[in-house]
Amino acid sequence: MSRKVLLIEDEPNITEAIRFLLTREGWQVETHAEGTDAVQVILSAQPDLVILDVMLPGKSGMDVLRDLREHDQMKALPVLMLTARGQSRDREMAEKAGVSRFMTKPFSNTEVLTAVRDLHAQASQS
Amino acid sequence: MRDTLTGSRIRERRQISGMRQAELARQVGISASYLNLIEHNRRRIGGKLLVDIATALSVEPSLLTQGIEETLISALREAAADAVGQKAEVDGLEEFAGRFPGWSGVLAQMHRRVVSLERTVEIMSDRLTHDPHLAASMHEVLSTAAAIRSTAAILAEPGEIEAEWRDRFHRNLHQDAERLAESSKALVTYLDDSDGQRDLRGIPLDAVEAFFAEQGYHFPELEAGGQPTEVPLAELGSAAANTVASELLNLYAADARAMPLDQICAALDAADPDPLALAAAFSVDLATVFRRLAFLPEGTLARTAGLVICDASGSVLFYKPSPGFALPRHGEACPLWPLFTALNRPLVPIRKRVVQLGRTAAQFECFAIASPQPADTFGAEPVYRSVMLVLPVEDTVQPAENVAQAGASCRICPRRDCSARREPSILSEGF
Repeated sequence: MSRKVLLIEDEPNITEAIRFLLTREGWQVETHAEGTDAVQVILSAQPDLVILDVMLPGKSGMDVLRDLREHDQMKALPVLMLTARGQSRDREMAEKAGVSRFMTKPFSNTEVLTAVRDLHAQASQS
Repeated sequence: MRDTLTGSRIRERRQISGMRQAELARQVGISASYLNLIEHNRRRIGGKLLVDIATALSVEPSLLTQGIEETLISALREAAADAVGQKAEVDGLEEFAGRFPGWSGVLAQMHRRVVSLERTVEIMSDRLTHDPHLAASMHEVLSTAAAIRSTAAILAEPGEIEAEWRDRFHRNLHQDAERLAESSKALVTYLDDSDGQRDLRGIPLDAVEAFFAEQGYHFPELEAGGQPTEVPLAELGSAAANTVASELLNLYAADARAMPLDQICAALDAADPDPLALAAAFSVDLATVFRRLAFLPEGTLARTAGLVICDASGSVLFYKPSPGFALPRHGEACPLWPLFTALNRPLVPIRKRVVQLGRTAAQFECFAIASPQPADTFGAEPVYRSVMLVLPVEDTVQPAENVAQAGASCRICPRRDCSARREPSILSEGF
């Protein structure tokens, strides 16, 4: 069965590059570019993994993550968070909100792929 | 290089024209196996055969022999050296540039942009936390850089990608390069404007340091025995900035009286000043010597001296830059600079060779001392200030164990195994 990743990112060219990389790895990639309805989109898409940007239009990725973790069936969903701010307080905030992995822009493709593979492997084992 | 890459260009041109190796070999009257050796740069080629091959490929012979510009090779080499977590095949670099000059140019251009962006981040990092507008602008720049980096890496991978994807990524690169140029320009404009309004932004120290810089960190009227009130401060524009400047000018005047300029020049070894000897000769403390050396007229010392003064909280109270030396002025500095370590051992003079981590890896001879401010009552808790004199060094052959490492601030420092690290670096992840 195809693995599904939902990429929530408002920067279209980042979306395009990540979509290319993950599709090539065998992932089914769905995308969304808004924060406001992101939780509903995740609930409806039921992905195996979410890649979530922090600065999104309408609602921040941090708030999306907090709201997402309120849903019992989404507590264990792997979420890789992307941000341009790498300060320790941002990481702490993301960890408190329930992030699985935190990545600072500009990241390398290898880092994204490694993170996605690791998170998926961990989720599959648990 | 001209000779060694001609074969690669022949192969590239032949493939572009859709001609089989055997067909080209037949046309020019050589065996396919010999052409194969030529195309893999294992046989030199010139003269009539080169002209015949060029004619068969419908190109000028010079297009096959023309070498790749050294600057392009050098830029690619730099890009490879700066790559973190990605090992480039440097041995095959010239061949890569020869076969794909267009993509090589794109990679070199992207690398130059990233380098330039990195410099911008170094400058901006200090102010990022204090300015939401700047933070948003930097997010835009970094997101664009992320898109460029990711897309360029896909295009640089060995092997073919579908033409449709390749064209799309090429288009995206172009768009992002334009966006990066625009957002960088907007940032510069914003910063230029904010520099012009520094007092309105409530940072009197910035205004004072700019004033000192405009004066060349030297005040002839005070050297001649004049009073600090004779120095016009009206252009600073705010009462807070005037107060800070007046205090510094008072200190300058006192230092000038204790160490007159002509006497310092007579006692000074301009190439290798000895602060301890000067302190003894003039019967002054080391902090006075450091300030005096930093405020000498330009050209008196062989190298431009930097100076930093901070209080016990680490807040920088005055900053005079030195070429290649960078320290944030508004907090979050690297605590490994002698300026800060001196606060652990008040009154102990510190001299240390320090390399500034980062792209330039400049080295400095640093002299520092922390000393208590004069008390105005008996029994008062001492209030310490630290002063550091920074002299750039050209002799960088010191054994590594004799050179301490320090960065500007954690956010832009590439050192990973640092016990003083407060937060992750955006550079250490390969930016």
